[in-house]
Amino acid sequence: MIAEFGHYALVLALALALVQASVPIVGARKNDPVLMAVAGPTAIAQLLFVAIAFGALTICYVRSDFSVINVFENSHSAKPLIYKISGVWGNHEGSMLLWVLILSLFGALVALFGGNLPARLKANVLAVQSWIAVAFLLFILVTSNPFLRILQPPFEGRDLNPILQDPGLAIHPPLLYLGYVGLSISFSFAIAALIDGRIDAAWARWVRPWTLLAWMFLTLGIAMGSYWAYYTLGWGGWWFWDPVENASFMPWLAATALLHSALVMEKRNALKVWTILLAILAFSLSLIGTFLVRSGVLTSVHAFATDPTRGVFILAILVLFIGGSLALFALRAPLLKQGGLFAPISREGALVLNNLFLVSACGTVFVGTLYPLALEALTDEKISVGAPFFNATFGPLFVPLLIAMPFGPLLAWKRGDLLGVAQRLVGAAAIGAITVAVVFAMEGGGPILVPFAIELALYVMAGAVTEIVERTGLLKVPFLTAFARARGLPRSAWGGAFAHFGLGLTLLGIIGETQWGIERIAELKPGQTISIRRYDLKFDGMNTRQGPNYRELSAHFTVRRHGDVIGVMEPAKRSFPSRGSSTTETALMTRGFSQLYLSLGDPNPDGSLAVRLYYKPLVLLIWLGAVVMVVGGALSLSDRRLRVGAPKPARSRSALAPAE
Amino acid sequence: MTRKQRRLSLIGAALGVLALAVALVLGALKDSIVFFNSPTDVAENHVKPGTRIRIGGLVKEGSVRRGESLAVHFEVTDGRSTVPVAYQGLLPDLFREGQGIVAEGALDPMGTFRADSVLAKHDETYMPKEVADSLKKQGHWKDEYEKKAGAARQGRAQ
Repeated sequence: MIAEFGHYALVLALALALVQASVPIVGARKNDPVLMAVAGPTAIAQLLFVAIAFGALTICYVRSDFSVINVFENSHSAKPLIYKISGVWGNHEGSMLLWVLILSLFGALVALFGGNLPARLKANVLAVQSWIAVAFLLFILVTSNPFLRILQPPFEGRDLNPILQDPGLAIHPPLLYLGYVGLSISFSFAIAALIDGRIDAAWARWVRPWTLLAWMFLTLGIAMGSYWAYYTLGWGGWWFWDPVENASFMPWLAATALLHSALVMEKRNALKVWTILLAILAFSLSLIGTFLVRSGVLTSVHAFATDPTRGVFILAILVLFIGGSLALFALRAPLLKQGGLFAPISREGALVLNNLFLVSACGTVFVGTLYPLALEALTDEKISVGAPFFNATFGPLFVPLLIAMPFGPLLAWKRGDLLGVAQRLVGAAAIGAITVAVVFAMEGGGPILVPFAIELALYVMAGAVTEIVERTGLLKVPFLTAFARARGLPRSAWGGAFAHFGLGLTLLGIIGETQWGIERIAELKPGQTISIRRYDLKFDGMNTRQGPNYRELSAHFTVRRHGDVIGVMEPAKRSFPSRGSSTTETALMTRGFSQLYLSLGDPNPDGSLAVRLYYKPLVLLIWLGAVVMVVGGALSLSDRRLRVGAPKPARSRSALAPAE
Repeated sequence: MTRKQRRLSLIGAALGVLALAVALVLGALKDSIVFFNSPTDVAENHVKPGTRIRIGGLVKEGSVRRGESLAVHFEVTDGRSTVPVAYQGLLPDLFREGQGIVAEGALDPMGTFRADSVLAKHDETYMPKEVADSLKKQGHWKDEYEKKAGAARQGRAQ
């Protein structure tokens, strides 16, 4: 019953979405406040019905109702509750439902919190948002219905892929989806502005917080996924330039560029056309990401060709939305009035440079991700484009961006003084250089690029600090005055500084891990010791344990540093009888920002055990940096200026009232 | 600066960055991509020793020999040709005889493939896609894998 209930709720959501997609637009054209006001309540009702459908599927999972095919294929009665719930989005159908849930959520949020939006804009935004909802609800109902039944229900399910049974992966997809589906709002705003044919600084002020919110989730989602890959896969890697990762990284790059260009538009009323284009591109990249991950094209180009229903459907959505929005852009963009002059050397200029590099870097990731697919589809030649490609293209494009980054916030709007800013950043560069010299004196050298890279990371971090120091006048005025000024600084200034500092931290982590990481592989018998850096790990023996739905073979290691016991590490192998597969559970020991990382190979018949041990210096900074970036985003989002609506034109006043 | 000059400097910067990006991409596509070969491709195309390639196929039954300090030798086959592979290190969780794998590395002058990474991205019903495609090409894609896929489909139909 529950499954059918969910199915009906989904159909009703589609009906509501159709209303929301059409009526408000007509209202906006006819300037009819009643028709425009339909958008808000339908958006909320749409969320309600999609949530009911999602809830119904979750109940089927929690109750292990194996008469539902989706539950049978991806769940098991012995699975812990949290993985029964996370199993809802651990498969194609369920994850698409989550996608639509988040899409409706953002629509409903605009309906609820967009009280200060002009009625026409709000109506158009919600209608466009609903076009996307219609497309994806149709996709689910036609090709990926999660509520289908089996006539003769089996007794037991086939279980979720064991590698997905992990707390990290339970929260990673929702975070990631909040990020990339959240970009739909910027897209809807852009399309609404194009439909209306007018756009102003206030538009950017409305768009920026939504983009920021999506960007924060996307950052967290990507970082979470990276950490998950790091500790689950047992290879010690945290980023593989895998198409699935790139699918989330491209929207992140575009969203980052969008945040910066929206800033220019909000403050200086310039770069309007470009900002609109970026908003369209950012969400288009989200759609392409969804296509890559969900159409099966990555598993096999040929499988895609032989069972094309889903893939072709998403491809059609892709062509319709990306093609349609770009066509609309080409038609309408010339009508938008340009404004806001600025000299090449200015804060605007720096932000343009940021955009150029971010978008080009995004372009290289795009080529690297799609080229192998295109080549295989066209010539049947199979190639792999891996880390070397991205290091050779993405890396060189990011370096000038990082060098320019601390300059941006220090340059004045409109016309800046490059020399003056360079003088102020000498301190930042010097701090970096001195630290590098000290580190190298201690560590005894390394490849020539490494000091340069570390210098860059430290310079980026010190540059962010310099900005705050400059703006508060710390070191120049008495401390209390500076403190008072620091409190008075807009939160968005703090936000920007935090985000830039966070990027520096991530960079430092990446350099530390890749340059000074050590790997040891050995075969050990009980009683033997393996050493890395100043740590000695003694293999004490193996034990077996029965988990809820797996058997675990774990190894016990005592960790000593200079002879003193500092802890134990217990890496394990789990085998899951329901799928006949096994996973490797790595053991991690955190020392400051560095980690010891231990994972197991197969035990040999003679009682010895193959192990892989890494020392990963500063590795935690990679993810800590991302968290700091998100904190920066949150600070910026809490800025009063963003919450207080821009002054409304008097004539939209009357039209606004019924919408509330 | 006039408006026109400003616009030109902007366009100039944009073209400059774009040109840099294109140059980097073209350079990297020439040097850092790796072609996939089946064992038959290796035999027929006379892949030069030292060229980085990926090979994929089934681990031949009875071919796995383990040596000192985690060295391992095995043969990869697509049913028609076989390539000996040498690797040192931990093998992935699901490395077994008869299973599909993909290895990356280069041939040595003796014709042995020196792998520096071995991937077995599959569970019981899924083959690495390159391997599945090349097996199909060789006509060795039948029974077992089809049956498994069939069983999965039957589960759906019941």
